[in-house]
Amino acid sequence: MYTPANGQRSLRYVDALREATIQEMERDKSVFLFGLDVDDHKGIQGSTIGLQDRFGPERVFGTPLSEDAMTGVAIGAAMAGMRPIHVHIRMDFVLLCMNQLVNMAAKAHYMYGGQVRVPIVIRCMIGKSWGQGAQHSQALHSMFMHVPGLKVVMPSNAHDAKGCLIAAIRDDNPVLFIEHRLLYSTECYVPEEPYTVEMGRARICASGTDITLVGISNMVMECLRARDLLSEVGISAEVIDPISLAPLDIDAILNSVNRTGGLLVVDCAWTNCGASAEILARISESPKLHGPVQMERMGFAFSPCPPSPPLEQAFYPDPSKIAAKVHSMVRPLDREWSPDPEKTILSHELQFRGPF
Amino acid sequence: MSEQLDLRFLYRKLRQIRRVEEEIARIYPSDKIKSPVHLSIGQESVSVGVCSALRDDDVVAATYRGHAAYIAKGGSLSRMFAELYGKVTGCGTGKGGSMHLVGMDKYILGSSAVVGTTIPISIGYALALKREGSGRVVASFFGDGATEEGVFYESLNFAALHRLPILFVCENNAYAIHSPLKKRWASTQLCERVRTYGIPAISIADSDVLEIRQWASEAIAGLRRSETGPAFLECHTYRWREHVGPNEDYQSGYRSIAELQNWKEKDQVEAIGVRLLPSERAEIDSEIDAEIAAAGDFAESSPFPGPEEVLTHVYAS
Repeated sequence: MYTPANGQRSLRYVDALREATIQEMERDKSVFLFGLDVDDHKGIQGSTIGLQDRFGPERVFGTPLSEDAMTGVAIGAAMAGMRPIHVHIRMDFVLLCMNQLVNMAAKAHYMYGGQVRVPIVIRCMIGKSWGQGAQHSQALHSMFMHVPGLKVVMPSNAHDAKGCLIAAIRDDNPVLFIEHRLLYSTECYVPEEPYTVEMGRARICASGTDITLVGISNMVMECLRARDLLSEVGISAEVIDPISLAPLDIDAILNSVNRTGGLLVVDCAWTNCGASAEILARISESPKLHGPVQMERMGFAFSPCPPSPPLEQAFYPDPSKIAAKVHSMVRPLDREWSPDPEKTILSHELQFRGPF
Repeated sequence: MSEQLDLRFLYRKLRQIRRVEEEIARIYPSDKIKSPVHLSIGQESVSVGVCSALRDDDVVAATYRGHAAYIAKGGSLSRMFAELYGKVTGCGTGKGGSMHLVGMDKYILGSSAVVGTTIPISIGYALALKREGSGRVVASFFGDGATEEGVFYESLNFAALHRLPILFVCENNAYAIHSPLKKRWASTQLCERVRTYGIPAISIADSDVLEIRQWASEAIAGLRRSETGPAFLECHTYRWREHVGPNEDYQSGYRSIAELQNWKEKDQVEAIGVRLLPSERAEIDSEIDAEIAAAGDFAESSPFPGPEEVLTHVYAS
């Protein structure tokens, strides 16, 4: 993981988002921030709090519940040279923006022969747990990965959240910036000065020799916890965070798989036609892949997300399920194994209290 | 501008659009234009009336039936023809086609083939112009069908809320593809619907270019002074040709030839043309024909994009 230099602070993910926004708005007057309730007393879980006071209502403003039109506003303002950040408190609402994002934002630079650019950032949050249910918990990144012209980033820690948001704001393309609600309170060392985390470059979070685990968004955390559980039975897992899914650093994953001989992709989403399917397909068809490799993927159960706790537990991947799956892949001849339940209670279940 | 010079200017624009589209219809059977064309023939006066009230640095947003607005705002004919031919010299370098004309040098935003889609984009542009504070305005063109999309009302509300410098222009040609208004609208009181947002709205019944320009000029003067919010103009007009393609379609039964005759009597190209001296008119006509011939030659002689171009411009760099 990221190694701190002397004097660096530990910052929560949500505060890293806020700091990135402030620094970019101070640097570049064309950046503005808008979305329903970015200016209220809760400020998108704190990530936008105080920004209207700081930058004024022309640069930070709430909107009507008009996601479709507001996305068009972002695109039109971007075509005029501005750099809007449009915020959605749930990713599910971005479905209301699909026409503008897919038909216009993604295609404008191409369809208009390079005459316009659409530098917009769409911030949106995936919800999980405390009974969020079917329409407050979806992770729809693969829908956007499908479309040429869009970029998709899903940083898993505070350091990358700040660096990716700054990179996304400075990028001349539409960027889906996808946050996971359960990451907001997680902390790590975050430099105070502005910096970018390059899109299209994966990070090896923990090295290992027996299998490659690719985690997406909060599943990086769950893979790291699975890795700890597996180390107790002598299995060494390498954990990779792609950070951005479009562009995707497939070479980093391929190099790891060529070293470990196995691959498990764990997504915070459905697997069919998903990011995990795409990663497995690209690895499978690569001429640089050495020999036969065991490949599997995990994600949501193929159902809408249920709110009842036992159903929700069955719906999501977790460190215990990941560890058990890895064990069956690495030691297929052994008896089935799963970690001690005492050790697998999810960190957010200890920390997290609703309603969000 | 003297009245006669003014009429010459309007006639030139009206006639230019008419003749460009007649030329497209003439070429179309040759299959050199491999792009679905939605001709504006019959509707020219809406674009010409509004655009003649704009400054060069004002902005227009148009629809897939957008040749008229593109030409009225001063878009390059050569680059337009080249785009229709799929040539690399086209305004979209061969990646847009007829439905996606663009001319940012003339502040013509790219048009869209998805009805209503450019309405919020034009208010986003107007938001940027308001922040800029230099008195520039946006004219946003769309059809009667677009007013049935939810995003139209979302956009009216936001534009009025933020008092954006935008003139909404509904080109009401009474048909969405082949569906008439009476199958689509519970009430024809479009302007009343718009006024509930606090937006001044007026309907012009017979597509009179001078009346359109007069009303647009007054509305735009208000927008420049930032005193009002947006304004709304509904222009009744009529599409003479089929929804898509170069031909007429009165034999298909969804509308009558009598309807066409009624509108042809109001034809604005002719209405302004008869107010010029025959010699003036002939001179303008021949100049236009020469421009169109030159644009056609430019398109014919331009190269196609190379196959490697398929992957350029996917992302801006």
